[in-house]
Amino acid sequence: MIDPGRSATRFGFARLVLVLFSLVLALSLGVAVLSLPLTSVGLADSVQAKVPQSGVTNPVTAVLLNFRGYDTLLEVGVLLLAVVGLRSLRRPHEEQSLSMAAPGPILLALVRLLVPVMVLVAGYLLWMGAHAPGGAFQSGAVLGAAAVLVLLSGLPLASWFHGWPFRAVLVIGFALFLAVGVGAMVAGGRFLEYPREWAGSLILLVEAALTLSIGCILAALFVGISIVPNGANRTREHP
Amino acid sequence: MSLVLLYALAGVALFCLGLYALIAHAHPLRKTLAINIMGSGIFLLLVAVARRSPGPMPDPVPHAMVLTGIVVTVSATALLLALARRVHTETGQASLPEDSLE
Repeated sequence: MIDPGRSATRFGFARLVLVLFSLVLALSLGVAVLSLPLTSVGLADSVQAKVPQSGVTNPVTAVLLNFRGYDTLLEVGVLLLAVVGLRSLRRPHEEQSLSMAAPGPILLALVRLLVPVMVLVAGYLLWMGAHAPGGAFQSGAVLGAAAVLVLLSGLPLASWFHGWPFRAVLVIGFALFLAVGVGAMVAGGRFLEYPREWAGSLILLVEAALTLSIGCILAALFVGISIVPNGANRTREHP
Repeated sequence: MSLVLLYALAGVALFCLGLYALIAHAHPLRKTLAINIMGSGIFLLLVAVARRSPGPMPDPVPHAMVLTGIVVTVSATALLLALARRVHTETGQASLPEDSLE
């Protein structure tokens, strides 16, 4: 980390300037935070007034999927961009293998007990998102964690992460959300303006597709990072 | 000092600590961790600011922003780790070569 060829005093001076800069920044941000009023209504009342029209009863879900649905759409786009970037960092014509040690009996037993429960919890969180903390991203994260657990235990799940069916599942969340938004425009409103009586069902449909998509995206991110290119880590691979 | 102020100042402190570590360390893994800590500081600040609403329910808009921020942080971390891995595969070293200014 420290290049031995660099002179110590020059390196020390740069480090001191950096510490002073961070301190000054911390102090000015602290002063800005201290000057905020202790009580402020913010947007809570405005959101609470419109939540009954949004199709769900949980205010955070209403903000995330209805009032600021465009942010959520672009957020899923960011996730897809990460997967595309990851895939593009693989060298072509390279044999891919996940280098894993043989799983122990405790890990296998844990996987067999936990993964069905995690899938159930993901479905429960998706359903509860309408009236309690939950929703698409939370249940997608639990699904992704279940997939990572299965991958870490050496069970042959990585073979699912190739080919067109997997890519279709990756994209379906974003595609369905976009289709609902454009469909709302076609039906006479603005982009992503759900019709009032359909809002609850549309939000549930979009969240279900997003759950599946986000779980597969998170698992694909994990697989993409832990792929060992052919030729590397040869001495550490187990036969 | 109220609880809101305590959490907000802690968020500011985390942000500045992360910024220092981002610039001072050369290893890409440390830079990735520093970016994550900066993000956590900002989320703490946002949630603390949301708690200032007088009713029983906190302001839900910063909470939705934090959810979005967490997801974007996860994507950026994955991409950074893949980049660090690729740099290591190509050059054999952990980080990019230093410029020679002297």
